[in-house]
Amino acid sequence: MKDLTSLALDVAKTYGATYADIRIIEKQSESIAIKNGRVEELTASTNYGFGIRVVADGSWGFAGSFLVDKGEIERVARLAVEIAKASAMIKKENVVLAPAQAIQDSYKSPMEIDPFKVSLDDKLALLSEAEEIIRKTKGVAISTASMSTSREKKIFANLEGSYIEQEITESGAAIEAVAIQAAEVQERSYPNSHGGDVATAGYEFIQGLNLKDHAPRVAEEAVALLSAKQCPSGEFTVILDGSQLALQVHESCGHPAELDRVLGMEASYAGTSFMTLDKLNKLQYGSPIVNINADATIPHALGTFGYDDEGVPAQKFDIIKNGLFVGYLTDRETAPVIGQQSNGCARADGWGRIPLIRMTNINLLPGDSSLEEMISEVDDGLYLATNRSWSIDDKRLNFQFATQIGWEIKKGKLGSMVKNPNYTGITPEFWKSCDAIAGPSEWRVWGLPNCGKGEPTQIAHVAHGASPARFRNVKVGVGR
Amino acid sequence: MIDKDKIQEAMQTAIDYSRADQTEVLVSSTSTALTRFSNNYIHQNVAETNVSVSIRAVVDKKLGYASTNRLDAGSIKEMVDKAIEIAERRPPDPDFVSLPEPRPIELRDLVSKLTVNYSPKERALDLQRLIGAVAARNLTAAGAYSTGYSTLGLANSLGVNAVETISEAELKTVVMSETSSAFSSAIAVNVNDIDVERIALEAEETAIRGQNPAELKPGFYTVILSPYAVADMVSFMAFAGFSALALQEGRSFMKDKFGQQITDPRVSIWDDAYDPHTIGLTFDFEGVPKEKVVFIENGIAKSVCYDSYTANKEGKKSTGHALPAPNPYGPMPLNLIMAPGDSSLAEMIRTSEQAILVSRFHYTNMEDPIRTTLTGMTRDGTFLIEDGKVKMPIKNLRFTQSIVEALSKIDAISLDRQLKEGILGPAYVPWIKVSEFNFTGVTQF
Repeated sequence: MKDLTSLALDVAKTYGATYADIRIIEKQSESIAIKNGRVEELTASTNYGFGIRVVADGSWGFAGSFLVDKGEIERVARLAVEIAKASAMIKKENVVLAPAQAIQDSYKSPMEIDPFKVSLDDKLALLSEAEEIIRKTKGVAISTASMSTSREKKIFANLEGSYIEQEITESGAAIEAVAIQAAEVQERSYPNSHGGDVATAGYEFIQGLNLKDHAPRVAEEAVALLSAKQCPSGEFTVILDGSQLALQVHESCGHPAELDRVLGMEASYAGTSFMTLDKLNKLQYGSPIVNINADATIPHALGTFGYDDEGVPAQKFDIIKNGLFVGYLTDRETAPVIGQQSNGCARADGWGRIPLIRMTNINLLPGDSSLEEMISEVDDGLYLATNRSWSIDDKRLNFQFATQIGWEIKKGKLGSMVKNPNYTGITPEFWKSCDAIAGPSEWRVWGLPNCGKGEPTQIAHVAHGASPARFRNVKVGVGR
Repeated sequence: MIDKDKIQEAMQTAIDYSRADQTEVLVSSTSTALTRFSNNYIHQNVAETNVSVSIRAVVDKKLGYASTNRLDAGSIKEMVDKAIEIAERRPPDPDFVSLPEPRPIELRDLVSKLTVNYSPKERALDLQRLIGAVAARNLTAAGAYSTGYSTLGLANSLGVNAVETISEAELKTVVMSETSSAFSSAIAVNVNDIDVERIALEAEETAIRGQNPAELKPGFYTVILSPYAVADMVSFMAFAGFSALALQEGRSFMKDKFGQQITDPRVSIWDDAYDPHTIGLTFDFEGVPKEKVVFIENGIAKSVCYDSYTANKEGKKSTGHALPAPNPYGPMPLNLIMAPGDSSLAEMIRTSEQAILVSRFHYTNMEDPIRTTLTGMTRDGTFLIEDGKVKMPIKNLRFTQSIVEALSKIDAISLDRQLKEGILGPAYVPWIKVSEFNFTGVTQF
């Protein structure tokens, strides 16, 4: 492959690039879904291609193609330079990249059981036994069990002398029960909604989810929700489970801390950020017990890698420290704006897209409480679990989330189940109302395989560590 | 550009080679370029050429799928073998009847060579005009300008065979002042039909009008929704309920409602890939020609759209709305159209004692698909109207509102309609005025 990467970099340089990199990526993936006793999806796919990114005349250009041969690499390298020169027709300043070390290395995500060597029969059997339990539960209308596995082999090389090979294997699975009655649809899923949980791991991760052990509960809760009472409206003390908090962290901390968004680079799409440059080290984002970090080195987490797509090593750093906003997610282009070096968050969705600042594993660090203790201290509140829908404004301030299920908390004890819960708030006010976070024993990492950003849209695989946490005076039952 | 002959050759290779009972091959070829700008300069500028070959093999009612992005005969044959191998190792699907039989297709081939070949320099020259105009008014522009084409080929072993190309240009911009923002966009087959100056002007005017917004308390208000917001709303409604799969699974709001009045009688919504105002393929991802399907006619629930699988289940014919197989969504309408009314934006404003004018929605999401409860924010220009005039800009509001209920409280619909992006592609929709729209929150800007 070095002959191809060298050719790309040489051609780009010859035509005027002052910086160039190439990524050659081959991805293999498999998806299986069983729905209502029928194998709905059983797909194998492969995808191969390369992308060349250059700076010429002080501006960026990028081009990618599915055809990996010398002729096409030459054409695409020239096109990338032509595009960069067109960019330079409307520029403010020359692109300045934070310095980065030239690295020759390789990284392979650890796994025990290669998911591509497990037989299809075994995979179908694992899903079938969970799906059958859900399907045979009285009142369930739609039963689903699914898994996805992928392996991405990528080569990164740049004009500065880096040459990095990485191989990342991902595995994930989910089950879901939908109960329907007249004008009512209720759903429960495990281990999470929107695709379940995914990790940089092998088939052992899917086995470890024990789907069939959770299937009876998931099915019964979906059916029970049909006759549960409506979630009340008003201001309540709310405890969120770890999976819902994962998305809360994602939308209200991860995205607004992306420095490209702060600098306006995403303004025309999902918007900008309230965490503006003047707020760094000044904004009291949350209560003093709120600590949020980025850590791309957590073993098996979905946002873990060896090097980002600019060849910068995976890193761990603080975003919120004792409630204070202290750090951004950066890449080589944006880090110099705040006088820093890249903290390794540049990632691209495959060979055909440019690296953007993406979350890695953004984690709400554990506190010293427990779910049981938090509940015992609430006189009148709600415990809400598993995301159903999400929405947040274009500066990441006003949010509204719906969850699949909730329970009343009365006089320190979990009470009746409630359906159709939702809650809303303003980001810093909400995080400042956080008065308890469960400890390390209840903390786990949740993989989110569907984070969208950029134009053309790119989907990133990220993760969030979280344990249940408690918030005071939260507006619940909105729009009723 | 990968020509149609090459796509035909790839499809024929798969069909000739396959030993499955039935075989379907979908080949898509895309070449797109996108120039992105922010803070009045180009900050990202990309181009991508890709193909995909997807095989669906049927063996004894067992279905297997495999796909690759390599177009050589060896890779295609490998994917055919893989799809058959997968099919053979799974249980049969008792509800599967057959891949579709061929039907005549009237291709539109909406292609502009100018759009296909538009260069990065030409996009930059257009953007110099847009950014120049915006900067001259001390405003800042961000946005994206894309040009390119896609060709879809679909063939099956029963004789279905169709190839069609569509070129598309889209320019969108968010123009900002210190305290306001505004959006404008246009989509066209021919890049020459993108009116750069008009787009710049529309956004500039709204951005200037929207400066220093005041805070308005949330509550029930009459609302005037722009085609941007209506496209968003109608496409979420379609996603929740206009698919035969949603109906068959009992999760469509249309269930048990056919023949009943579900919205104001002035509301009619349909899908029509042949309408001259829409951009889209004339056949679906199974090679079935797209039929016009009316979902709501004069407020009455009429029908849903079908692919071959959901149609066979009910002994019906597919309406030509299949998405690429397999998918969990079922058939979907990709060319939504809403009927015009007889009003206008000016008249809607003039006749309002008090109303909120919404330029655009942001980050909408369905909380309850059966009640069609949608939540989201307003964005890029929200204004209070009082006594028939735009009184002042207001801070962005959150709404939590049933779409069906909103369409039951229609005050007026405009004659003018526009093609605007929704979650299922561009929809051709009017301005609408709705009473008692539920705004449930406010943000800080």
